[in-house]
Amino acid sequence: MAEIQLVELTVNGERHDLAVEPRRTLVDVLRHDLGLTGTHVGCEHGICGACTVLVDGAPVRACLVFAAQVEDADIRTVESLEAPDGTPSDLQQEFSAHHGLQCGFCTPGFLMLAQGFLAERPDATKEEIREVVASNLCRCTGYQTIVEAVDACAARRRNA
Amino acid sequence: MSEPRFRRDGAWIGASVPRREDPRLVAGRGRFVDDIALPGMLHAQFVRSSVAHGRIVAVDLDEVRAVPGVVAAFSAADLGLGDITALLDRPPHEFVPTAMPVLARDTVRFVGEPVAIVIARDPYAAEDGVEAALVEYEELPPVVSDTAALADDAPLVHAEAPRNTLVDVSLFATEGIDDVFAEAPCVVRVQTKTGRQNALPLETRGVVAHWDDRDEQLLVQTNTQIPHQVRTVLAGCAGLAEKQVRVTVPDMGGGFGQKCVVGREEIAASAAALRLRRPVKWIEDRRDALTAAFLAREQRYDVRAAFDAEGHILGLDADVVCDMGAYSCYPFTAGIEPLMASAEMPSVYRVPAYRVRGRAVTTNKAPTGPYRGVSRPQYVMVMERLMERAARELGVDPVEIRRRNLITVFPYTGVNGITYDPGSYRESLDLCEQVLRDEGWYDVRDSDRVIGIGYSCFSERTGYGSGAFAQRKMQVVPGFDISEIRMDVSGTVSVTTGTMSHGQSHETTMAQIVADRLGLDLAQVKIVQGDTDRITYGWGSFASRSITIGGSAVAAASEKLGDQLREIAAHLLDADVDSVELDGAGGVRLRDDPERRLSFAELADVAYLRAHLLPKGVGPGLTATASFDVAGDGTFSNATHGVVVELDPGTGGVEILRYVCVEDCGVAIHPQIVEGQCRGGIAQGIAGALFEQITYDAAGQPLAPSLMEYKVPTAAEIPDVAIHHLETPCAFTANGAKGAGEGGTIGAPAAVLGAVNDALRDTGVELDDTPIAREAVFRALEAHRG
Repeated sequence: MAEIQLVELTVNGERHDLAVEPRRTLVDVLRHDLGLTGTHVGCEHGICGACTVLVDGAPVRACLVFAAQVEDADIRTVESLEAPDGTPSDLQQEFSAHHGLQCGFCTPGFLMLAQGFLAERPDATKEEIREVVASNLCRCTGYQTIVEAVDACAARRRNA
Repeated sequence: MSEPRFRRDGAWIGASVPRREDPRLVAGRGRFVDDIALPGMLHAQFVRSSVAHGRIVAVDLDEVRAVPGVVAAFSAADLGLGDITALLDRPPHEFVPTAMPVLARDTVRFVGEPVAIVIARDPYAAEDGVEAALVEYEELPPVVSDTAALADDAPLVHAEAPRNTLVDVSLFATEGIDDVFAEAPCVVRVQTKTGRQNALPLETRGVVAHWDDRDEQLLVQTNTQIPHQVRTVLAGCAGLAEKQVRVTVPDMGGGFGQKCVVGREEIAASAAALRLRRPVKWIEDRRDALTAAFLAREQRYDVRAAFDAEGHILGLDADVVCDMGAYSCYPFTAGIEPLMASAEMPSVYRVPAYRVRGRAVTTNKAPTGPYRGVSRPQYVMVMERLMERAARELGVDPVEIRRRNLITVFPYTGVNGITYDPGSYRESLDLCEQVLRDEGWYDVRDSDRVIGIGYSCFSERTGYGSGAFAQRKMQVVPGFDISEIRMDVSGTVSVTTGTMSHGQSHETTMAQIVADRLGLDLAQVKIVQGDTDRITYGWGSFASRSITIGGSAVAAASEKLGDQLREIAAHLLDADVDSVELDGAGGVRLRDDPERRLSFAELADVAYLRAHLLPKGVGPGLTATASFDVAGDGTFSNATHGVVVELDPGTGGVEILRYVCVEDCGVAIHPQIVEGQCRGGIAQGIAGALFEQITYDAAGQPLAPSLMEYKVPTAAEIPDVAIHHLETPCAFTANGAKGAGEGGTIGAPAAVLGAVNDALRDTGVELDDTPIAREAVFRALEAHRG
């Protein structure tokens, strides 16, 4: 039987102690051990970005990281975005308002990508936003409305 | 005209209300198939063929079963399932039936074909198990292209199909067509090859199946566009009665046609769950999705068109060969692409003489199924190339030659026997050209930069009824939809649809239709889809049929329920039934004394809790069922796309500077969703024109097994799209709606290719194949520069 490793993860501010195989990816731990199924798996080789989460504030492909690699990090998933009372965040609201999602499978990845980017670059131009949106794949929208949603959220935060 | 029985305030139809799907999806609380976890659930993966064509000598799974964590492993012989066989009612010279076993039995016909299923306690162990399998093949020579398949001495992919031909139809052959071509002042020819593509829903295929002892049912949760057809095939393969199978569909991460056929893996995983009496989950990994899922679009056209001196088309003579890969898909068969192309190729133009031969050939590549647009992106591209080529030969403006040939008087019955309902073919072209002129793109085109402008004019049959599919001679004939509506004690309703949303937002748009018909708030309407126990029958979502057919059924069921409510209200208000109307606010009132009204809750209270007050002859409860089918040839959405591209002489790269879409899908229930369908469809069309292609080497090994090789475009490649709406309501669907799901994909390749060729106008080179090779663009520009 494969060796088992004890791993301590901090996800959305909550501490979890886990016993997992060293080869177990972060995304599998999030989804199947912690039940945080909002993070999705689209390719398992780091191209599509559906599994994007924040690790210490930076967008990371959770399919390319082993859970054991991020023990001391602050991990954030899409489940962390809405307010405790269930109110969607400004970013989530803009995705909906701009029809930035259809099937919704890629959406959590784009939300976390944008969340990490806007935190670092609140003054990003629309062209810079488009460049970052090009990190992930969406098969439904043609991207335009995703770019518009992120841009609208950035403007909203600047004007807040 | 008589007084309308339903007061409609127009608040819902045409309103871009917030999507009801969004709150859960943006919160990460959707429930996709891989989000489902059941107690004791096991995980499946497949041992897949490593050779393109071979006889299976031995399948040894002993080592697999010894891998830690592996619970079971089954070969075809272990499971003993029936085959999946899709049929056409056509004579043997037109159609050769072939069976697709759930697991390969004696022969493998493509790299990736499932040979055995491995069941383990977790997905990692399942993959360990797959690696331990020993399968011995006697390799056979592979057939890896349509031309090789049709060669005289070609090896046979299926012994029963001579010349590797599964479908071969010759249609129409207008009398005197050879004379038309012999005498025409201008005959142009287009030979083109289009690349094999993967529809690539971002969520791969997957299933969770378990036997429920209490319900005595195999419960199959699978991400399919066609739940009832999965039930029928699974019951047949596993020897179960249909009542013993329940197929439900969770949230779906796209489908685009790839999930519109019954997959072997969902049947095998379900059969394993049945055998083991434990839940089994299978989630396709991306490599398998790229190499072993249903592909599409690899077609070869050789088409001639005859024109008079003014550029009016006189005749069309087409030969279409579709490389359908190793198997015929269920329920559509390998005829899906050639029969679509053959039937509809004349498109939006008045073509007086037409002859077509359409063939499906089988090769040792992953099988082909439907993909958004089905053949229309290809034949539209061919038709538009023919127009542009004739325009050049005759010295006519390329927009003007289209104008001279477009159908403008409706209804129009074409040489292909199809009657086209009214559309805005001419108006959409005029507006699209005007927009590009007003924006100054023709001035930019005349600058020193290498810039071209291209158009595509097309229509899209949406709402194929049973009659239209029967013309294809499918043995199972899709077409109608059934809707059942139920009002509960509180006066809110749940409504079933046989369509299956996988991104199209039916929870929103279908509810808008119900709310419109009954005068309810959206919050009072629940849409039920994707459950074979709760829905009598449905054909799912494909061919842009959901709003036209499913929406019409939902509307009809709602109206029936409205009649019941009126009948009860009239009785309780002591009035004639013709003197009461729905009030648009959740109640029924007297037309002449609107203060006297009863709310739906009050009527439902009587229907369920005080049934003794009901009128004589009216039974308790509030339910209604209605069906809808399209009697004639369906309804045609239409559009014109206009594209401006700039070519990079240094790299051969193609940059899209401007994309304008003028679309007409009749009355849009939710314009924002229609625009989303346009933009997403256009992105997929651009992908086919410029980026995506599944290729194989000479041994039949797939060369694009990851997203590193299969280049799905990102926000860096896909431009913003300006959308303009025209509205030609359909006369026979509820609300005048036409379908909107596929048009974007259909129009984009032709417009992009046209723009590239326009940019190459000074080089003497014309490109006809897609994806457009960057190298070909580079060489054309380099040769011209000298």
